[in-house]
Amino acid sequence: MRTRTNATRRVAALAVVAALGAGLLAGCADDGDSKDSTSSGSSSSSGGGGGGARTTLTVGVFGAFGLKEAGLYDAYMKLHPDIEIKQTSIERNENYYPQLLTHLGSGSGLADVQAVEVNNIAEVTATQAGRLEDLGKVRGVDKDAFLPWKWGQATTKDGKTVGLGTDIGPQGICYRKDLFAAAGLPTDREAVGKLWAGDWQKYLAAGERFKAKAPKGAAFVDSASGVMAAITGGSATRYYDGDGKVVYKSNPAVKDAWDTAASFATHGLTAKLQQFQPSWDQGFANGTFATVSCPAWMLGYIQDKAGEAGKGKWDVAAAPKPSNWGGSFLVVPSAGKHRAQAAELAAWLTAPAQQATLFEKRGSFPSARAAYALPAVSGAQHAYFGGAPIGQIFAKAAEGTPVQILGPKDLIIAQNLADVGMLQVDQKGRSPQSGWEAAVKAIDNALDQ
Amino acid sequence: MGAAGARDHRAEARRRARRSRRYRRDVRWSPYAFVAPFFLFFAAFGLFPLLYTGWASLHQVELTAPNEMHWVGLRNFSRLMSDEFFWNALRNTFTIGIISTVPQLLMALGVAHLLHFKLRGSMFFRVAVLTPYATSVAAATLVFVLLFGRDYGMVNWALGQLGLGPVDWQNGTWTSQFAVSTIVVWRWTGYNALIYLAAMQAIAPDLYESAALDGASRWQQFRHVTVPSLRPTILFTCVVSTIGATQLFGEPLLFNGGAGATGGSDHQFQTLGLYLYEQGWVNLHLGRASAIAWTMFLILLLIGAANWLISRALRKETT
Repeated sequence: MRTRTNATRRVAALAVVAALGAGLLAGCADDGDSKDSTSSGSSSSSGGGGGGARTTLTVGVFGAFGLKEAGLYDAYMKLHPDIEIKQTSIERNENYYPQLLTHLGSGSGLADVQAVEVNNIAEVTATQAGRLEDLGKVRGVDKDAFLPWKWGQATTKDGKTVGLGTDIGPQGICYRKDLFAAAGLPTDREAVGKLWAGDWQKYLAAGERFKAKAPKGAAFVDSASGVMAAITGGSATRYYDGDGKVVYKSNPAVKDAWDTAASFATHGLTAKLQQFQPSWDQGFANGTFATVSCPAWMLGYIQDKAGEAGKGKWDVAAAPKPSNWGGSFLVVPSAGKHRAQAAELAAWLTAPAQQATLFEKRGSFPSARAAYALPAVSGAQHAYFGGAPIGQIFAKAAEGTPVQILGPKDLIIAQNLADVGMLQVDQKGRSPQSGWEAAVKAIDNALDQ
Repeated sequence: MGAAGARDHRAEARRRARRSRRYRRDVRWSPYAFVAPFFLFFAAFGLFPLLYTGWASLHQVELTAPNEMHWVGLRNFSRLMSDEFFWNALRNTFTIGIISTVPQLLMALGVAHLLHFKLRGSMFFRVAVLTPYATSVAAATLVFVLLFGRDYGMVNWALGQLGLGPVDWQNGTWTSQFAVSTIVVWRWTGYNALIYLAAMQAIAPDLYESAALDGASRWQQFRHVTVPSLRPTILFTCVVSTIGATQLFGEPLLFNGGAGATGGSDHQFQTLGLYLYEQGWVNLHLGRASAIAWTMFLILLLIGAANWLISRALRKETT
């Protein structure tokens, strides 16, 4: 009896092992199948849904990137029944980007299409071009549809385009009409734009006027760092010069932005907040500041944080000077299994029509110039922001933005200037000079290999 | 019948010998097979990374090209000696470690002592003290960030009720370190309390009985019976907490949610773990980050050695 049970147990164990093994084999076979379909199915897309195996394409993004939320994947899958799109998302780019680099280095763990933030694109283009597909020659990609500077940012010196631009971040100034009215400033967006048109110093002057009669507890601007980001986003040369040398220390444009932003802090015009921290969100909800430089993508954020209570109070006017903050790209790693299909997907997702949809649904402003004429953009109004013609405001800013020189360590330099240097001036009351020195020290340490 | 019986007997003996050989082999080697998975995993995910990090710390290597390593010898280590951000992080790690570990263990001892009494619903309280430990660092920290907010935080609101001015928790050196420590204390006190409680329950009740007969009060019993009996456990929790404090990472990282690994604008609460992360995953200098990792490892070895000396001295003292 006992041996029998032992025997049955052994049989059962063998059966389990066999089943697992078969499962593994089946898994491999499945994989093989999908590989086949890659090589054969890349040209023809209509498989008729029913019979053929579907190819799964993965898209790796950071944050709420918007492609999925705008329904673009669903639309693509409807057009290509043999393709299934899956998205993986990592909340913060600080975590997403190093992981992307390690995956590119090891050639594994990559999604078929990966998003890259604009502050990282120079580094990706300079150091990872050999591991990425050239998207410039993919069918359906039209170089002339994109803003030339956006196209140039992801193109190597020898002409390989490793990334296709999705959105950009042309900036306006979002402001609270009720607070402006209380402080005796104009509230109409044309008149507000004229207050500071052409010069960031006039923005500072408007701040002084606001402060003189401001309602209690309301500062003119959220943070000095935000002002600095807006100003530096409008100069052609920023942290690197055309030869790829780090020049932020001596560049008058950076120094000028620093001084102007710092005087917002020293004149007591800021709410002393740090952007994207909980207290900043609470500031939107409680109306502790009257203006914030807002790239197109920030409108949705403001709407989320200020909530129903802020409806009808916010509006958006043109910024003193056109500038850009943020934006992203899509790249296709060469290590992927379905490169051809992934490249086609990336091309489709960044085509003008889709960028216009992304703008309509999510407020990410198109990097495809060709999209600006589409009614979805040119006629766009934002109900939350008093029906502001955001399509026209941001298109004007986008076209006025100079071609900016990007460098590999832009993100680190910008981050340390803002979160170390300017924050010390704004929140700790240090002098602009000592804040600057602290930032330089931190940047020197960070750039030193 | 007799011959056949003898043959049967021999066969049986052979079979038995074979079986016992197999049995002996089984007894001898099976344990190794059972513990092998741990050592295989340890080799793959513990030992190899440790050695590889050591190797990388002797090179200049960037995350953008992790396969291109340039030999630099001990330069990554020697530059740490003059790196003020490293010393700042070391100092912060030390101070945050002290102001979180000491109150944490004292409170844990007190809580364990209370839980050791006969009380109604003791199971409920034991589970309750462990719940903070079961909370994720991220969730807990995010709540504490809101509590310690400058403008709308509950702590400042409470201070306001008491007529005290608001404190800018995140920006001050001591205030930010205090805030970070409270998260650590909140999360780990219950965990240590349960360890103490387990050890307390192993103390023979007659020790208390005789102490009580001698007229010792509860407090005297605690001081003269409980604490001496717990000495090895206390030492153990000290070591574990010190290691935890040295590796402190999640709390200070999330306490400065938006700004990444700087640990505040003045690096006022940047710990070694955070500085390591900043070097490796923000600035992408893998070689420098590896050197910091190994330095931390060496610091922990020193702490381990100090602990060993102390416990040896204590043992001598008691015998």
